[in-house]
Order: sequence, then structure tokens, then C-alpha cells
Amino acid sequence: MSGDPKLERIAQGNALALCATGTWTASFAPVLERIVADAEKLAGGSQSIFIDVSEIAKLDTFGAWLIERLRRSLTQGAVEAQIAGLSANYSSLVDEVRRVRANAVVDRSPITITGMLEQIGRAVAGVAATVAGLVDMLGAVLAAGARTLIHPRSFRLTSTVHHMEQVCWRAVPIVVLITFLIGCIIAQQGIFHFRRFGADLFVVDMLGVLVLREIGVLLVAIMVAGRSGSAYTAELGSMKMREEIDALRTMGFDPIEVLVLPRMLALVLALPILAFLGAMAALYGGGLVAWLYGGVQPEAFLLRLRDAISIDHFIVGIVKAPVMAAVIGIVACVEGLAVQGSAESLGQHTTSSVVKGIFFVIVMDGVFAIFFAAIGM
Amino acid sequence: MAGEIQNVVQDPIIRVRDITVQFGTTRVLDGLNLDVERGEILGFVGPSGAGKSVLTRTIIGLVPKVAGSIEVFGVDLDSSSTSQRRNVERRWGVLFQQGALFSSLTVRQNIQFPMREYLRVSQRLMDEITMAKLAMVGLKPEVAERFPSELSGGMIKRVALARALSLDPDLVFLDEPTSGLDPIGAGDFDELVRTLQRTLGLTVFMVTHDLDSLYTACDRIAVLGNGKIIAAGSIADMQASQHPWLRQYFHGKRARAVMG
Repeated sequence: MSGDPKLERIAQGNALALCATGTWTASFAPVLERIVADAEKLAGGSQSIFIDVSEIAKLDTFGAWLIERLRRSLTQGAVEAQIAGLSANYSSLVDEVRRVRANAVVDRSPITITGMLEQIGRAVAGVAATVAGLVDMLGAVLAAGARTLIHPRSFRLTSTVHHMEQVCWRAVPIVVLITFLIGCIIAQQGIFHFRRFGADLFVVDMLGVLVLREIGVLLVAIMVAGRSGSAYTAELGSMKMREEIDALRTMGFDPIEVLVLPRMLALVLALPILAFLGAMAALYGGGLVAWLYGGVQPEAFLLRLRDAISIDHFIVGIVKAPVMAAVIGIVACVEGLAVQGSAESLGQHTTSSVVKGIFFVIVMDGVFAIFFAAIGM
Repeated sequence: MAGEIQNVVQDPIIRVRDITVQFGTTRVLDGLNLDVERGEILGFVGPSGAGKSVLTRTIIGLVPKVAGSIEVFGVDLDSSSTSQRRNVERRWGVLFQQGALFSSLTVRQNIQFPMREYLRVSQRLMDEITMAKLAMVGLKPEVAERFPSELSGGMIKRVALARALSLDPDLVFLDEPTSGLDPIGAGDFDELVRTLQRTLGLTVFMVTHDLDSLYTACDRIAVLGNGKIIAAGSIADMQASQHPWLRQYFHGKRARAVMG
């Protein structure tokens, strides 16, 4: 009795019987859908139709619904359609399906020009909201910092030290390695091109100024945004998803004070240290390449470096580090706390944390360049 | 042991034999035997941390076992081919404790996900079946376009059940389906499981702590303790048992309240 489902037509005068046989289950759903669609078309002309289901071997929701769908579409065509021969086992299933409202299918909204314009508008308005969010967070962090200064016992030292380890100590190997390689590359490129003018030694000037003023801190800030900014966003975001942040709030803790402040502080302390280590590694790498590839003796390199750069270059570089750290931290925390309930939202905010973090770091670098040029440093 | 003998049934849908599961040096399940009969609702109880969820996850294949064999629908899951295994997986549905809905998909997409993977049917039919499933688990059609984060705890359980039922499985695993629901919601859920079992001919494997569920929904009860099934049988057998944990469980203050 089991096997492929079929729907046979048996004409009886004015009436028509549709005799369903076989297995009417989910596995045969594609076949069943076709059979039912055919039957809907062919059934015209008769006044009353019996759908005989007594020979059905196995029925599940899919089969029951398709029979119900057939019955409904026949009834709509002013035909009297009835389901007959329902066994006791399946009658409750068919009753269940009969209660379903079919016209609940929702149209998906089509892509329109106004829709696209609306999206652009929303994105532009979103920029203002982003800036407002950052300023808001900056204020909240400063307020929390001030409260902590007044009540130093509420400061979370353990948490800060833990985050220092995560963002500073554990970042040292990768930061040093990458800046070392960048130093090597700058020196090699410099020597390669300067040699044509016989200006080999000027590579030391270029390396010193570039690394201490710009590359060192900018590169490290970008790496930290990618490495620690994303981690902050993911941590805070998943805490938000699991209502941990709400839990903190109801216990009378300020999430900014408990979660954001230690992270911000750790980052603000970590970035100058990493920038310094990165600059040293880059200078070392550059010196090594200058010696091995360019034939500049280490003594000559150091002598030239001392003439070429002053403490101002170093200060210009290192002063930027805590500000960039603050920008990265604020962006990461704002994004983390903006995560909604879904895994997709967590991914989107982590991405946007890194993208915005790097963008604002570069903007800040430009602002600093104008500022230092104006004060003549 | 008497419990072990009662525990063996004819033509079981799940046959678990001498299962041992170990995490590090702690042995969670120790030579456990369990049969689940076709068409029954088996309530699975035991103290917290006894390994109820571990057994469920072992049967589904999420936790590796050290020894023993598991047969579902007569297929030994260790020696089965990939296609056999997929076939078995198609015929069971799982309701996880926290629902485990895909958070980036709407309720409708969640319920349609297994259909999309396993069946080649039109979007229209999928939408209609989704609505039928939502109605079956007692949810309004409007819920279909919401995301899991916009649902209450009870609704999440219902949607998760609808997803577990989306391919019309023969067997469903429910891991604490009524935990976190209010008593009325929990009662409705028990009723729902009963109705679905009757209409769809389901076999239900239900891990629970809810005494009401045991009384109203379950045909048979199995009790886990010390890594083994310490008793299995009807609610009357449980009440008659002399095992200390069972006596406490079924004759405690809460149990008396349930019995009235």
C-alpha cells in the first residue's frame, strides 16, 4: 500500500472522486505539490468532488496540508468538495491543519529607488548619531573617571591589570615583529631609491623622522584597533546579548565604571608603551637593513640618527598615542554596547568597531599633523 | 536489577546499550541501557548534574562516548554511512534547552531552514507549512516575521518546537521544554506535546524536572542516577519504588502538591 503517492480521478456522473493513495509525507512533498496543482486544474466541470483519503498509507502535516489546500481551492471554484474516508488516526491532524489561515503569506518588500534613497538618508543621519554616541561615551567615561578619583576605592585595579595584560603584554610580540619588518622595508626602499643620487645616508633621516613621528604610532594604533578594539566590542557585545550588562545595572553598578573604564585605562596606558616598543623595533630593523643591505656601519647609523632627530620628534609621536587609544577604546565600547540580540548584529558591530576605529585614528593623526605644524614642532 | 528488566521493550525506536561517557576522569554515564518505545512519551528525570542532558546529547551525537552502542530507527549510529546518518537526522527533531534558534534569521526562516535543506518544495508550500506549524504550537501568524531576540521565553520554546517539527519527524528530543515557563504556559506546553504526539504519531524523549509534566504528559518515566537508569516504568511504579531519591522526588512536598 505504501509507495509513491497518487491521486486518481474516478468520474461518477455529476460527481468526481479523487482517490489518494500511497505515502503523503514530507519526503514526497515536491511530487505531491505537482499532483495537487494538476488536480486543481483538472477538477473543473463537476459539481461535487469527494477527496477519498482512505487508501493513504501514511500522512503527515505536508500531506494533510496539501489535501486541505486542494479542498480549499476546489471550494473557491464553487464546487462542493469534501474529504472522505479519513481514518481516526489522521482526522485530528487534518482538523489541526484546517484551522490554518492560508493567506498569511507575506510579500517581501521589493527594491525601489525611493527605498534606496531612504537608505542613503538613513546612513547620512547615522553619521551624526555615531558622532553623538562617541561624545556621549566620552562624557560618560570622563564622569566615571572623575567619580573614581573622588572615591578611589571603587577603582577596579584587578580588572585594569587583567586588561593591561591582554592588550599590552600579549600584544608585544606581534607589534614588535610587524614594526621591525616595516622598519626593514622602509630602510630597504629608501636605500634602493636614494642610492641613485648617492644620498644613501639620508635614509637614516627618513627612517628616524618617519618612524618616530608617524609610522610607529599610527601602525601600532591600527594594529591595536584590529586586535583589542575588536575584542572589546565582542566582549561587551556578547555580555549585552546575554543580559549581563542589565544584570550589572540592576545590582547598582554602573557598566561604564565596571566594564568600560578599566578597558579604556588599560588601552590608554598600553598604546604609548606599544608605540615606543614599536618605534624601537622599527629603528632596529631599519638599522639592520641599512648595515647589511646598504653598507651603513652601525656607528655611522647611530651618529647620523642623533643628528637627524631631536626629542621633539619622539614627543610628537608619543603624545598622539594616548589620544588614539582613547578614540579606539571609545569606538569599541560604543559599538559593543550597541549590539542587539543576534549573532549577526555582533558581527556587524565588531566589523564597524575596527573600521571606525582605524578611520578615526587616521583622522586624529591628520588633526595632530596640522596642530604640530601650526606650533612649529 | 528489576529496573533494567522493565527497561527493555519490543521494537524500540531508540536502543541504548552499555553507554559509557567520560569527561576527563569523571564518569558521567556508566554502562547505561535504555529503550524508548515507538509512539510513547518518555519522561527522563534525575538529580541535577546526573547527566540527563549528556545522555540526550550522546544519543544525538554531540557528545562522544567511550563505549557502548546506540541504535535509532534500527540504525547503529556508529557503523552507519553518512547518508544513513543524514536520513536518521532528518527523521528526528531536537528542542534545545535554550531554544538555540538562529538569531540572525526570522522565526519563519528558522522554521523553514530544515525544509530548505532537505526538501525541494516551492516557497508557497514552505510558507503555508510554516503557518501550519506556528498554529500547531499555538503561536499567531504575526510572530513569523519577528527575530528570536524579540520573542519571550515561552515563545522561543514554541518556535524551537515548531522548528524541531518542521520536517514532521518521527522522534523528538525535548531538553527541559517547560523550564522557565510559567505554570500555565508549562501546562499548555505539556498539553501541546500530548496533542502533537497524538496527531503526528510522535515519539517523544523528554528530559524534565517538571513533576506536572511527568504526571500529565508522560507515558513512561526513566530515572537516571549514578550513571545508570535506576528505575523505569509508569508513574505508579515510581511512586511505589523504595529507592531513596525516588521516594524523596515523588513523595516530597512539591510532589504531594501536584498529586493534590
